[in-house]
Amino acid sequence: MSLILQNMPFLAVAALICVSLYIMMTQRNLIKIVMGVTIFQSAVNLFLVALGYRSDGVAPVFTSGPVELMVLPVPQALTLTSIVIGVSTTALMLSLIILIYRHTGETDAEKSRRVKG
Amino acid sequence: MDALVLHSPVLAVAIPLLAAFITPLIGRMNARARDTFVIASLVALEFVVIVLARDVWAHGIRVYTLGALSASLTIPETHMVPVRLILEVDGLGVLMALMSATVALAGAIYSIASIRPETGQDRFYTLLLLLTVGMMGIQLTGDLFNLFVFLEILSISGAALAAFRTRFVDAVEGGFKYLIVSTVAALLLLMAIALFYGQYNALNIAAISHAMQYTVLDKIALALLAAALLTKSGAVPSHWWVPDTYTPAPAGTSPIMYASSLTCLAALFRVVFSLYGVQMSLATVGWLIIMAGVLSMFVGVTMALRQTDIKRLMVYHVISQEGYMLLGVGVGLAVLGDPQAVAAYGREAIAGGLFHVINNAFFKGLLLLTGEALLFRLGTRDLNKMGGMGRNMKWTCAFFLIGALAISGVPPFNGFSSKLMIYEASYHLNPMLTIIALIVSVMTLASFTKVFQSAFTGPPLPEYRDVREVPLSMKIGMGILATATVVISLFPSQVVNGIVYPAADALIDQAGYVSAVMGGG
Amino acid sequence: MTSKIVRTTAQFVTPAVLLYGLYLIIHGHVSSGGGFQGGAVFASSAALLVVAFGSERVSSLLQEHRLVAISCSGALMFIGLAFAGMGTTFFFNLFAGSPLFGNVPAYGPNPEDIWTGGTVPLMNIAVALNVVAGLSAIVLAMALATVKRGDDK
Repeated sequence: MSLILQNMPFLAVAALICVSLYIMMTQRNLIKIVMGVTIFQSAVNLFLVALGYRSDGVAPVFTSGPVELMVLPVPQALTLTSIVIGVSTTALMLSLIILIYRHTGETDAEKSRRVKG
Repeated sequence: MDALVLHSPVLAVAIPLLAAFITPLIGRMNARARDTFVIASLVALEFVVIVLARDVWAHGIRVYTLGALSASLTIPETHMVPVRLILEVDGLGVLMALMSATVALAGAIYSIASIRPETGQDRFYTLLLLLTVGMMGIQLTGDLFNLFVFLEILSISGAALAAFRTRFVDAVEGGFKYLIVSTVAALLLLMAIALFYGQYNALNIAAISHAMQYTVLDKIALALLAAALLTKSGAVPSHWWVPDTYTPAPAGTSPIMYASSLTCLAALFRVVFSLYGVQMSLATVGWLIIMAGVLSMFVGVTMALRQTDIKRLMVYHVISQEGYMLLGVGVGLAVLGDPQAVAAYGREAIAGGLFHVINNAFFKGLLLLTGEALLFRLGTRDLNKMGGMGRNMKWTCAFFLIGALAISGVPPFNGFSSKLMIYEASYHLNPMLTIIALIVSVMTLASFTKVFQSAFTGPPLPEYRDVREVPLSMKIGMGILATATVVISLFPSQVVNGIVYPAADALIDQAGYVSAVMGGG
Repeated sequence: MTSKIVRTTAQFVTPAVLLYGLYLIIHGHVSSGGGFQGGAVFASSAALLVVAFGSERVSSLLQEHRLVAISCSGALMFIGLAFAGMGTTFFFNLFAGSPLFGNVPAYGPNPEDIWTGGTVPLMNIAVALNVVAGLSAIVLAMALATVKRGDDK
């Protein structure tokens, strides 16, 4: 039981990835597919932050002083970069959905297809 | 000049980045000044890349540490692992950088005429330069997270360029598909990076390779990395986004977007050879890459045979030619642990695959530009509606002939040289691979004979009687790629010994790659 | 929704949001925050104004070519600061030890000294310019896209 409690962030990551894969594969509305991608991004960000944790560590701010143990700061920088990239890609995806809606009048992935073969 | 050589790895990334953000400010004042500035910055990039290439061929791997007291100070005095961002340029990086700088220059010159009827040209050139930045960054970096960031820059610029002509619904749809696929692939790559950081507390490729014990988590990371990078390069089974994305891309950017797929393929080779090397089960991974290559060759050419849209046909051949590259390098990977086999045919296989990369960028890029030239003058891409353009568009016809003969593997063109190396090397591993590759080559020739006959020969159609040749900048753009193709065709052994074999040796020599960063600063 | 209550509340809240965003930007190198974080908070005020006053009034104030100019100048400031250390290497922190932002931060809980960090606070400001202009442009473009054509195709 303590094993599950210790690894709870990683179990949450796995659950989020399963949810996002289910959404991306089964949903047909384009905006819901983008939501699935966003949940996948959040899952990977959570994974990055969670693997930097050290038990009894404090926040990695320089003015917390010389202290025994600090949480790893590098994954937090990686997560921040990933969040910024996620914002840009989500904005671009939503703009393309607006354009697809303007052309075809549909937000359904099957009905708005115009290219085959 | 020494300072230029010292700083050339980072200048190759920083010059197009600086130019990308100055372009809108210049474009607000004068459009011709902006075009001149873009071309000038890409010429400067080509010059820096040539300087870097000559230095790496003469002196070995060049390392650049960003923000340190000296550029080669990879490990500071008080530490034992590299902590800063390190750019590490070896033979493979130089090969890919030369290819992508030339293709970007040719594409940008071509675009001057072809993008003129569109609005928002400032953003077009900014996106083109950012795509070049992404390619340069992936090819020259030695750090995994830096590779992820530049991969995302490449994906976002590529998707925005694919969807640039927003009045066509297939362009927007292609850009959307590309963005979803790229985002998911990059997230898989980020998970692999997280797995590496959690185990080894390092992000540098050489540092991780130095510290790696091949645990279960590393196998999972290998699967994630291979899936992500194979998806981004467009190999089967994740090839379905390639035709939808590359067909409606604006004219000059098609070769550059193809070069971006080749860059992701080179990133895959870098990860598999320099990060993992001989520790992993070479037979499994090598045969997986060979299978992906064979499937790509076959699926690409069979889907191309039934197309009536000239550019979509050529884009399916993109998938097929990438199969050749995967086959060549996969054969080399499968025998990497056996030094005798490597010396006998493994090194030649890897060299054949890499030679095919650089050849393809030039002649396939040329073919894509000729397809777009036909669209520019005729207003249609449908082969059934074209005919007899050989009389009106002589230059385009000549360039198309050069590209079509090269891609079909007709001697003495460069396609024949690289395919011969791949055939010879794969025959030693399994003769069946050579037979499949030969059949695919024959089908490629059939496909391009059909295109040549439909578009360029035959009686002239009345509605196309007044069609003239394409404008000068398009001819120069196509001419650069055609000249590169012809030069490589005329001097294949000089090119292979001078450019390609150093790259193949750089891939095989994992110890040298690691010691350039770890072994002494 | 442009009712009276929303407009009045937005007029009160927006300066507080802008001030908070600026605080995050300037203090990025001594405590939590930084260029992107503060810039995103700053740009959320643009979203608030769009909701309160309508996208057409806001877009006449935040015109797109000005936002493009601000964004490009922010990015150029960042790359320029990176090139400024080129005497040693790219991205070298040339202000460490100099009077401008050059102090060394002290250990232990203390009132945070902003004049530390070298080129890092300047790069934070450059990134914040880029992010503010970029995110405001995105928000405005999407709001205008859903208003201009209405629901007709």
